[in-house]
Amino acid sequence: MWAIVFNASFITDFMAAAIRMATPLTFAGLSCTISERSGVFNIGAEGMMLSGAFVAAVGALFTGSAWIGTGFACIIGALLGLLLAVLSITLGANQIVSGVMINILSLGFTSFLSRIIMGSAITQKLPTFETWGIPFLVKIPVFGEIFFRQSPLSYISYAIAVILTFIFFKTTWGLSIRAAGENPRAVDTAGINVCLVRYICVMFSGIFASLGGAFLSVGVVRYFTENMSAGRGFIGLCIVILGKWHPLGAVLAALIFGAVDALQLRLQAFEVGIPYQFLVMLPYICGFIAISGVVGRAQSPEAVGKPYLKEN
Amino acid sequence: MPFLEMKNISKRFVDVVANDRVCFDVERGEVHTLLGENGAGKTTLMNILYGLYSRDEGEIYLDGKLVIISSPYEAIKLHIGMIHQHFMLIPNLSVTENIILGLPSSRGFLLELKKAEENIDNISRKYELRVDPKALVRQLPVGLRQRVEILKALYRKTDILILDEPTSVLTPLEVETFFKIIRRFTEDGLAVIFISHKLNEVMSISDRITVLRGGNVVGTLKKHDTDPNKLAGMMVGKEITLSLDKPCEKKGKRLLEVRGLSVNSEKGGKPLVNNVSFDIHEAEILGVAGVDGNGQGELTDAIAGLQPVSKGQILINGMDVAHLSPRKRIERKLGYIPSDRQRVGLVVDFSVAQNLVLKDFRDTPFSKQRFFLNRRQINTNAERLIKEFDIKVSHGNEKVAFLSGGNQQKVILAREISGKPDVLIAMQATRGLDVGSTKYVQERILEHREKGGATLFISTELDEIIAISDRIAVMYEGEIIGILSGGQEIDLERISLMMAGVREQKTKKSVS
Repeated sequence: MWAIVFNASFITDFMAAAIRMATPLTFAGLSCTISERSGVFNIGAEGMMLSGAFVAAVGALFTGSAWIGTGFACIIGALLGLLLAVLSITLGANQIVSGVMINILSLGFTSFLSRIIMGSAITQKLPTFETWGIPFLVKIPVFGEIFFRQSPLSYISYAIAVILTFIFFKTTWGLSIRAAGENPRAVDTAGINVCLVRYICVMFSGIFASLGGAFLSVGVVRYFTENMSAGRGFIGLCIVILGKWHPLGAVLAALIFGAVDALQLRLQAFEVGIPYQFLVMLPYICGFIAISGVVGRAQSPEAVGKPYLKEN
Repeated sequence: MPFLEMKNISKRFVDVVANDRVCFDVERGEVHTLLGENGAGKTTLMNILYGLYSRDEGEIYLDGKLVIISSPYEAIKLHIGMIHQHFMLIPNLSVTENIILGLPSSRGFLLELKKAEENIDNISRKYELRVDPKALVRQLPVGLRQRVEILKALYRKTDILILDEPTSVLTPLEVETFFKIIRRFTEDGLAVIFISHKLNEVMSISDRITVLRGGNVVGTLKKHDTDPNKLAGMMVGKEITLSLDKPCEKKGKRLLEVRGLSVNSEKGGKPLVNNVSFDIHEAEILGVAGVDGNGQGELTDAIAGLQPVSKGQILINGMDVAHLSPRKRIERKLGYIPSDRQRVGLVVDFSVAQNLVLKDFRDTPFSKQRFFLNRRQINTNAERLIKEFDIKVSHGNEKVAFLSGGNQQKVILAREISGKPDVLIAMQATRGLDVGSTKYVQERILEHREKGGATLFISTELDEIIAISDRIAVMYEGEIIGILSGGQEIDLERISLMMAGVREQKTKKSVS
C-alpha cells in the first residue's frame, strides 16, 4: 500500500483533490470571517451553503449556464443573510438559535423542492464551469496543472480573500467593521450606524457561503443531492478560529481541512481496515483539535455573539 | 443668549423619571458642572445632548438655533464631544484607529493612518496629552486611555466637551494635571460640561454648578456664591454629617495573614496580583487604596476562593486556605462583600429570604436532613435580618431585583455579617450607593471591627479609606507599594504618589 501512496501520480492527484476540497471550505471560512468580524456568529452558513448549492443547480438546469445558476445562488445567500440579520440584529434574537433555524429551514426546503423540481432530472448532469489555466504557470511540469488550472470559483474565493484583507485593514469601512465586532457601543458613539455595518457584513456572509454551495453542486459533482453541504458550513466556524479571523488565514486553514478531506477519501479507497464512517469524521476531529487552541490561541472579536440593542 | 441651552428636558424610563423639565446651559470658555448623587439624572441629561437617548420633551438650542440631535453622528457634526465614564474605546485597535473611527477620509474610503498620526501628534503636543499613536489601547494604563478619549473628542473639533466623572480613574495628582488641561480648553474657547459627585473637585474646577436631585434641578449657582456644605445639602436634600465615629484600636491576634500571594493572568504577562503580603489583626481594618483595576478585584477574589491562587498562602486563623474551595473558606469564618453585587453577591431573581440563606441553606436549621428546605426557618431568619439591618422591603419574599442598590447591599451585608465572620472582605462596598446607605454600610463595618473582626476594606474613594481604616495599603499594578499606619497624619500627596506607582524608598531618596 505504501508504495502506491508515495507514487508521484498519487501525490499530484491528492494535492489536486485537496485544493478542490478546499474551495467550498474557503468560502465557508470567509463567510464566517466577515460576519464574526462585524460581531455576528453565522451558524447559518451551513444552510446558506446548502441553499446556494440547490439554487445554483436549479438555475443551471433551467438556463443551461453554470454562471447564471451561481448568480441565483448569490441572491438566495444574500436573502438568507438578510433573514439572519433581521432576526439577530434588529430583533436581537439569539444568534446561535437564529442560525440553526436557517439551517433547518434550508435543509427542509432544498430537500422538498429538489424532489419536485429535479426528481426526473436527477441523472442528468448539470452544466459546469470550464477550468481556467493561468497562462505560462500552467505549463510548469507536474505542479502547473494542479495549482494553476482551477475552477473560476476557486480563483474568485482567493480574490475575495485578498479584497477582504484590503478592506479590513486599509479602509475606513474595514475599521468600522472591526470596531463593530469589538465594541459596538463605542462605534455607535463614534457616529457610525452599527446595525447597517452588521447587516451588510451578514448579507455578504450569506453570499460567500452560497458561492461555496454553488461550487459543490455546479462546480464539482454536477448534480444536487439532499444535504450535500454535509457540515462544510460548520467547518467554516473552525476555519475562522484556525485562520485567526484573518481572510488569508481562512484560505490557509481551508487548505489544511481540504487536505484532510482529500486524505480521508483516499484512505477509504485503499480499504485500510477502518470503517469509512470513522474516516468521514476525520475533518471534524481536525476541527476539534483546531478550536481547542493547540495551534496557538487567537482572540475572537470581543462582541461577537452579543446582540447590540440601543437603549433609548 | 447662551452658547448651548437645554430647555425643559424630560426623560422617562419604564418606571422612573430620569429628567423632569431640566434646564441647563453652558457658555464658551466656562466649566459648568452637573453635580448630583448617583441616579440624579446627570448622565441621562448628557446622553440626551449627545444623541444616545431620545428625549421625551424639551428643546436644545445651539447658538440660538433649535437643533435636533437624534444620534451621536449628529452630535459630532454639531461639534459636541463626550468622554464617557466607561470608555468607548476598542482595546484591540491602535490609538490612531480608535481616534479616526467613524471619520471620513480625504482619500475616499481608504484609511489615512499616517496623516492621522501626524494630526494626533500635533494636538497632543499642543495640550500636553502625550500618547503613542501606534500603541494598542489595551497596552495603555487607564490614565492614558482617558487621554485617548480626550484626543478623540478634540480630533473631531469639539466646541462642547462633556466629561462624565472623568476623575474616577485618576490619582489625586493626575487630577491636578487633568484640571490644568481642562483650563487650557476653556482658554481656547471650549465649553466644558463636567459631571461629578465629588465636592472638592467641583469646587476647584467649576465656574458654575448645577445641582440635580432625583431628575430635577435643585439650583444653578456661581462657584463664588457657594461652599461644599451648601452643595452637599442641595445634593442630598437634608443635612448629613460626613464624619464617622471610630473608637481607638487594640491590637490582638492575627486573623488574616497573606503571604507572597500571586495570581497569574490567563493571558500571560505580568501577574495580576504580584507577591502580596499583609496581615490583619483582631479589631482592625486594613484599607486598600489604589486606582481601580490595579489588582484589587483579583486579590479579593483570590482570598474568597473565586480566582485560583498561583503562589503564596492565605491564612485564616493560622490555617492555610489558599487552595480550599470557597465553601471551605466560609466554614473557616470568611465573609465576602464582592464589588459586583448583582452578579456575584446576589441571585437577583431570588427572593430576599432566599438570598439571605445562600451561604447556609444546606445546614440546620434551614434544611431538614440536609435535603428539604425549611421554609419557616428561612422566613423567620429573613424577618429578623430585615428588621435588624433596616432593609426597606415589604416582605421577605420580594425579589431582590426590585430593591434599590442600597437595599441590595444591605441584603449582602446582613448575610455576610450575621454569619459572624472572623475575616470580612469588603470590595467597593459603598460604590454607587447614596450618601445615607454609604454611611450605613461604613457604620456596620466599623461595628464588625468593634466586635473584634478583621476587615479588608477596598475602595477607590480615598476619603472613605482614610476615614475608616486603621492602616492603609496602596496597590499598584498588582503589588502593594506600601502600607501606612493610620495613626500618623495621612499625607495625601504621599498616598497619591504611591497610587501612581512611586515606591516609598525611592521618593525619600529623590527628596534627599
